[in-house]
Amino acid sequence: MLRLYGKILKTGVLTERVPPRPKDEAVEAEGKKLKAVIDRRFAGSLAIRQVDAGSCNACELEIHALNNVYYDIERFGVHFVASPRHADILLVTGPVSRHMEAALKIAYEATADPKWVVALGDCAACGGEFGVSYASSGAVANVIPVDAVIPGCPPTPFDLLRGLLSLLAK
Amino acid sequence: MRVNAEASTEFRSLLAARGIEARPVGPEPLPPAATLEVGSPDWGRCAQTAQEENWRWAGAFAEDEGAALAVSACLEKQGAYLVLRTRVAAEQPELPSHAPHYWAADRAERHIQDLFGIRFTDHPDPRRWVRHQAWDEKTHPLRKNFPAAGSPPETTPPDSSYPFFKAQGPSVYEIPVGPIHAGIIEPGHFRFQAIGETVLHLEERLGYVHKGIEKIAEGRDPASLARLAGRVSGDTTVGHAWAACLAMERAAALEIPPRAAYLRGLLAERERAINHLWDLGALCNDVGFAFGYYQFGRLRELWLRENLAWFGHRLLMDRIVPGGVAVDVSPDVAKRMRESTVVLRKELDELISIIDANSSLEDRFLAAGVLAPETAAALGALGFVGRASGQTFDVRKDAPYPPYERLNVRVALESQGDVSSRFWVRYKELRAALRLIEQMLADLPAGESAVPWRMPEPHAEGFAAVEGWRGEILCFVRFDADNRIARYWPRDPSAVNWPALEKLVLGNIVPDFPVCNKSVNGSYSGHDL
Repeated sequence: MLRLYGKILKTGVLTERVPPRPKDEAVEAEGKKLKAVIDRRFAGSLAIRQVDAGSCNACELEIHALNNVYYDIERFGVHFVASPRHADILLVTGPVSRHMEAALKIAYEATADPKWVVALGDCAACGGEFGVSYASSGAVANVIPVDAVIPGCPPTPFDLLRGLLSLLAK
Repeated sequence: MRVNAEASTEFRSLLAARGIEARPVGPEPLPPAATLEVGSPDWGRCAQTAQEENWRWAGAFAEDEGAALAVSACLEKQGAYLVLRTRVAAEQPELPSHAPHYWAADRAERHIQDLFGIRFTDHPDPRRWVRHQAWDEKTHPLRKNFPAAGSPPETTPPDSSYPFFKAQGPSVYEIPVGPIHAGIIEPGHFRFQAIGETVLHLEERLGYVHKGIEKIAEGRDPASLARLAGRVSGDTTVGHAWAACLAMERAAALEIPPRAAYLRGLLAERERAINHLWDLGALCNDVGFAFGYYQFGRLRELWLRENLAWFGHRLLMDRIVPGGVAVDVSPDVAKRMRESTVVLRKELDELISIIDANSSLEDRFLAAGVLAPETAAALGALGFVGRASGQTFDVRKDAPYPPYERLNVRVALESQGDVSSRFWVRYKELRAALRLIEQMLADLPAGESAVPWRMPEPHAEGFAAVEGWRGEILCFVRFDADNRIARYWPRDPSAVNWPALEKLVLGNIVPDFPVCNKSVNGSYSGHDL
């Protein structure tokens, strides 16, 4: 047990200022603005419900990365919730497969107003590599109203942070 | 490794002894695999013979040839691959099923049934599988006369009438879960029958992320197919792109430079290491051990950043291209990659001794989610799921392809078959991947990292098996007349391993399902296509 605590102490705090590169100080400032917006409009906490509506799972990997020690998105007051009932934002990935259309609409209806929908990744933004077909409805906007788009295949955790910031700073 | 032709001749004589005629196809269309054609009435008995002779049933795919539908089944034994092929009339096609002899054939045949409209006459469970409500029973998306756009309903209704297995009796209750799960994970449905806390039965219902990958592959050029293959399952982008490129290169009889093969190997082993780090952390997380989750997650992030710095993409998408790779390793990067493996190994030494001494973790992992070796063998379980239950098969070792035929691949093995075994097999595979990376860096051949694409003969076909981080990935491609894809069939190891979860969770408590599921970690996207 002592070794466990030793390792934790030795690892220290790795969470980075966003982003670590000095030339992008603007985003760090944006981060502060975001925090201010979240504090003011969401009482300090912004809840996101992520819905995979047909993704290849690459976007999910990068969303997960937002929770690792380097990004630690919770420090900005952003956290992921298990139910759309608790969510301010639906973060939707993938082209919407036709088999997920109904489930996505139900999740959308279950999210309390006011709500925002963010389409994450190229597939969610425009259909990406999969487009529209017998099996895919393409972009998320073809199925539910979308408020913001974060492109990328997949977007890096930094792209994700920036995308969320720019939506909220609107 | 046995020579495929030898294994094929042997199997042919076994069939002949049972009065079944099998014809070799000349010249061999799918080297290094061997192909045998059999009559459709004998199809079921071929599987029966193969099963008796301990061949592993690895996958099946169909092709629309116009008047006929060709069905091919891939078998493997001691590293030899054999493709059995038969044809049925396109009108009212019927074929004996392989599912009575092979458990793994069950869903694979239902996939073909839903997409090609072939009826497998003695299939024990002919319910729809990948089809929900986006197309009807009478239309078949992978027939050539079915347009890729299809004619879907304005809004696709949920598949609420799917006939799930039901359990009855006092105190038996049902728990439906999904398709949307309470986390950042892919969608799928699980239907539990439980008594108290104990799982009596689990039925998986997948197909929610079916994106028509096999259909939209048609008509693509090789570069475009490689991009699509890299998105069959995002966490296996290297594995699937490699399998697709190798199959296309074999179809075009294109030899890639040795350096390109080594670079592919480096990318694949990095993908394996990164995914295993993620799974080790996630397994800790699923039993509430945050320390492991954050430590392994930290190490994984460092490697993802290296990928971005050295190869331009964190997950390595689109780095493997037809003819080779789109990236190279400079001496400086090689040096830094070597240093990075040394650092990671040191970190792992420290972490694993802490984790090994943690009895609360052991309490949750040991004896949870047991997949008995016999069950794993009967299913043909792949990758870490198979190897945690005593199944040694690894394409890199048993049917090696460049660069692995020149490398010393150590196959990790455990035999308890529980969550703990799957944790430790991953850990050992991670260590083995680090050794392979060092070996490849030390022997990295000089030369080109890619050769120009060469147009294949019209209707050329190619078959490949590569060891992705989840296990054996199969891929079949057929070209059209002008360098365009006529058929693409990827078989993710998840397609084989998903049924293992239904078995290994039995008798466990419902709250242990997440860690059992994570220990198998099937790809939904890779399965649903």
